[in-house]
Amino acid sequence: MPAEPPVASPATLADAYALIQREPHTPIAGGTDLMVRITGELGSIPERIVDLARLDDLRGISLERSAVAIGALSSYTDIRRSAICREHLPALVEAAATVGAAQIQNRGTLGGNIANASPAGDTLPVLIAMDAAIVVGSVRGERTIPADDFWTGYRTTALAPDELILRIRVPLVPGRETRFRKVGTRRAQAISKVVAAVSWRDHGRSSGWTQVRVAYGSMAPTPIRVRQVEAILEGAHPTPETADKAAAMLAATLQPIDDVRSTADYRRMVAARVLHRILRDAGGW
Amino acid sequence: MTLRPDSSHGPTTAVPTRPVPDALVVTPGRTVPGRARTVVPLRREGPAKLTGEARYADDLIFPGAWFGATIRSTVAHGRFRELEKDGSFDWSQVVVVTAADIPGDNIVASIKADQPVLVPIGGEIQHHAEPLVLVAALDRETLRAARSALRPIVDKLPGIFDPLDSQHVFAEYTISNGDVDTGFAGADLIVEGEYRVGHQEQLYIENNAMIAVPRDNGGITVTGSLQCPYYVHAALRRALALTDRQAVVVQAETGGGFGGKEEYPSIIALHAALLALKAGRPVRMIYDRHEDIAATTKRHPAVVRHRTGVMRDGTLVAQDIEVVMDGGAYCTLTPVVLSRGALHSGGPYRCPNVRIDARATRTNTPPNGAFRGFGAPQVEFAAETHLNRIAEALGLSPLEIRRRNVYRVGDETPTGQILRESVAGEEVLERAAEAAEFERIRERTARARAERVGSGTVPQGRLVTGTARTASGIGLALAWHGAGFTGSGEVKLASVASVQLTGDGRIQILIASTEMGQGTRTIFPQMVSAELGVDIDDVEIVDPDTSIVPDSGPTVASRTAMVVGGLCIKAARRLRAAVEERHPGRTFAESYKEDARAHGATRIDQQFEPYPGIEFDDATYRGDAYPAFGWAACVAEVDVDLDTGEVSVRDVVAVDDIGTVIHPILAEGQVEGGTLQAVGYATIEEIKVEDGRYLNDRLATYLIPTSLDAPRITSILVEAPFSGAPHGAKGVGELPMDVGAPAVVAAIHDAVGVWIRDLPATPERILAAIYGEPVREAAS
Repeated sequence: MPAEPPVASPATLADAYALIQREPHTPIAGGTDLMVRITGELGSIPERIVDLARLDDLRGISLERSAVAIGALSSYTDIRRSAICREHLPALVEAAATVGAAQIQNRGTLGGNIANASPAGDTLPVLIAMDAAIVVGSVRGERTIPADDFWTGYRTTALAPDELILRIRVPLVPGRETRFRKVGTRRAQAISKVVAAVSWRDHGRSSGWTQVRVAYGSMAPTPIRVRQVEAILEGAHPTPETADKAAAMLAATLQPIDDVRSTADYRRMVAARVLHRILRDAGGW
Repeated sequence: MTLRPDSSHGPTTAVPTRPVPDALVVTPGRTVPGRARTVVPLRREGPAKLTGEARYADDLIFPGAWFGATIRSTVAHGRFRELEKDGSFDWSQVVVVTAADIPGDNIVASIKADQPVLVPIGGEIQHHAEPLVLVAALDRETLRAARSALRPIVDKLPGIFDPLDSQHVFAEYTISNGDVDTGFAGADLIVEGEYRVGHQEQLYIENNAMIAVPRDNGGITVTGSLQCPYYVHAALRRALALTDRQAVVVQAETGGGFGGKEEYPSIIALHAALLALKAGRPVRMIYDRHEDIAATTKRHPAVVRHRTGVMRDGTLVAQDIEVVMDGGAYCTLTPVVLSRGALHSGGPYRCPNVRIDARATRTNTPPNGAFRGFGAPQVEFAAETHLNRIAEALGLSPLEIRRRNVYRVGDETPTGQILRESVAGEEVLERAAEAAEFERIRERTARARAERVGSGTVPQGRLVTGTARTASGIGLALAWHGAGFTGSGEVKLASVASVQLTGDGRIQILIASTEMGQGTRTIFPQMVSAELGVDIDDVEIVDPDTSIVPDSGPTVASRTAMVVGGLCIKAARRLRAAVEERHPGRTFAESYKEDARAHGATRIDQQFEPYPGIEFDDATYRGDAYPAFGWAACVAEVDVDLDTGEVSVRDVVAVDDIGTVIHPILAEGQVEGGTLQAVGYATIEEIKVEDGRYLNDRLATYLIPTSLDAPRITSILVEAPFSGAPHGAKGVGELPMDVGAPAVVAAIHDAVGVWIRDLPATPERILAAIYGEPVREAAS
């Protein structure tokens, strides 16, 4: 193994900000993505590492007036066990339960999933579908980046080199429903072939759905929102005709690729069928 | 401590053709559905493994040892023009080995002398993971630096990757019985089919690892993770030009093998030894998972074509079978794998007219080799899937067509072998069907399928869903597995096993048969103590070390319990007789300690003797291909997700006739493990190859089932003892691997109505089979 990169463990957020402002550092939280790179075989080894473990400001899940705030250091297990998440964000709990297996869920964090920026990150479509905001901070202060704007390209983010992800704010929207589905090669320890999250507000029989969000992972270089499909569903009811149209539009819009895990054809087809199933269930037909 | 049998368990209800030998300490497990559990000895090495005290190769400390590494080709086919060495690197701190440093033949001793230990400068590279240069250094950092300072210059050549295209034939066999043309002429129906299977990785839990230590006599001691100490021994002798005594091979605690540590350890041992000899110090060659998957052997991919003539009532009248296996770049064990594949390719069915053509060819991919089942799982997947398709064509139940054709005592196999005894195909079939309620559940799944189709609840297009989310199916398969080595293999091997009473009154078993998780170290003391009438804890088993133990042959081919176990039982009987003769009226147990004091050591070396009446002609492929066969039936139940094509193998009933059961818990462990490995083979395990390179050569991308993917497995052991072995055992390691995949594929068909003829039956293939390939838009 090559020489290990130096690791700094700031005790306060101010120290951490100052440190990464001087020189860029790769943050480490659970290490589940970073440690597989540490041999240098898979990508470059980080030059400097900042350990976030002592930054308690980044911990905790709390209920604010109209949002849930999830500290970036919250593990998937924390999310699964959180009464707040279970009550208000069941789709995120469901997504957290599909990440890796128990050991990964104990170590891996939501902030890490966001920062790692894998197009297959299991929680990312859920964050997009729920209009989550990523709160980041630096010596310059805090700013909020909508999840939909956060992943800017293949494994790149809107995060500046001197910024840290602090927490994730998920707005609580009355009447919002969110559905999640992951399709992997096996039932645990699998990177998704297709991952979907769909949310909408249902105002009852007369008016159609509003605030529809359709988000997918493993379909493009980043997790994506599929606005063409949202447009079909916005103001509509989940009828068979609407579902067929939405599924067809989804398949026509997505441009997935063949890779070692699956094929473009399968991904496109299954993405459409997963959406169709969600709409079928919602419509009760 | 000796654990005695639990008398509350009833006697076996199997089909013994003769009584189970009463010399065994334990009674076999109950052969009823559910968990057969009889109190039996604990695994000898179990507590150490459980507590983490067991030391595997990489845990062993060798003072002064350097770390070794292999520099491999990065092209599938080419010429190794030269080795560039970075002039700025300090070469005095490392050792570099090329083919020029090999003192003996640059050959990895195997069936054919075609595989070099290292490709020489100017030599031809045959696969992308082929070793070119070795390097060792004091620490890993220096090793890394040295690796990047060595640059092999390779001229790329075009490669051959399709075994059907390759003109280089490693082996071919023709087996013929009766006259297929006459058979086809009289058939009511002829069914044809082509079936394909890909690579499978053994994925033992411990990666390959070897440590070589130079000896004062100019020789070398190699300690490592391996199945066959004497294979490694032969390889060291040949390439390093060593005498028997100069080459010593010791097995470390080994974390699984499945055939994957049958042949490749020879190469790693040679590499470690070459570096150690040149460095004059111990060298550790420890593979990480990526190197292990990328470079070491896999199960042979195969293409199997069947043309079968059948009567309306399901009776088979002609089988014309072509088997083509992909051997990879070098011969290794391919001829033997192919031989077993050819011999098993018809399935366990009587057919008067058979022709089997089998060949294995070379491709520019890493050599394929031994893997649990050894050629049989590939061909039995094809045979069973084909038979299920025939049953469907005739409107017969998969159970019924097997009842009509399964071998019974007195039947003749394609090699002209008359099955005289220990034929339990029908027994395992009926018991599996009964335990799984096959016909009842099949009626239910057929009804559900008809309802789905009739009511339009199945999706009507590629992009939409139906009301039904999942479909359930049940599938059945039957298999046979020749016990021990093929043909005259055991006779040629002439294995020796020893049991000795030492001068200080200890009882020792000396064999080269290795423990790799399957129970060797437990069942041998069990068998020998039973014969001698002593407590099991009074019998020691000596660790495999070629300077101490005789060559009892490789630990492969499910031969250990049957063949080597038989030798040890015979040796123990002779030892007991010798001691008791010296102490009339007293048992061995009463007299052996005194005997040792009075008479010194008594050692019995027992050599393999041909099984009476078993003869095979390697030239004509006629005769008794195996002394006996194990028989297995498997019923699998699956749920197929109709939206995604994902398959959940929910329940498996596995019924295996393994002859006399020695240790029911270990035997069931083999059935459960083999079944799960077969489920992986059937559903998700796949090596994707591009230009001769494995694309998914890491654990992140080569996936096997997790515990969440494992079905509930009901294992039922049936005992049809083989009279040629003193204890009647036939072996269990491979049998369950042969039968799981076709059962799962049949269940998928039962659920969704499509036959998947290429393994694995991935969701991608299943959806494509149901809905067809997408219509491509016109190129714009």
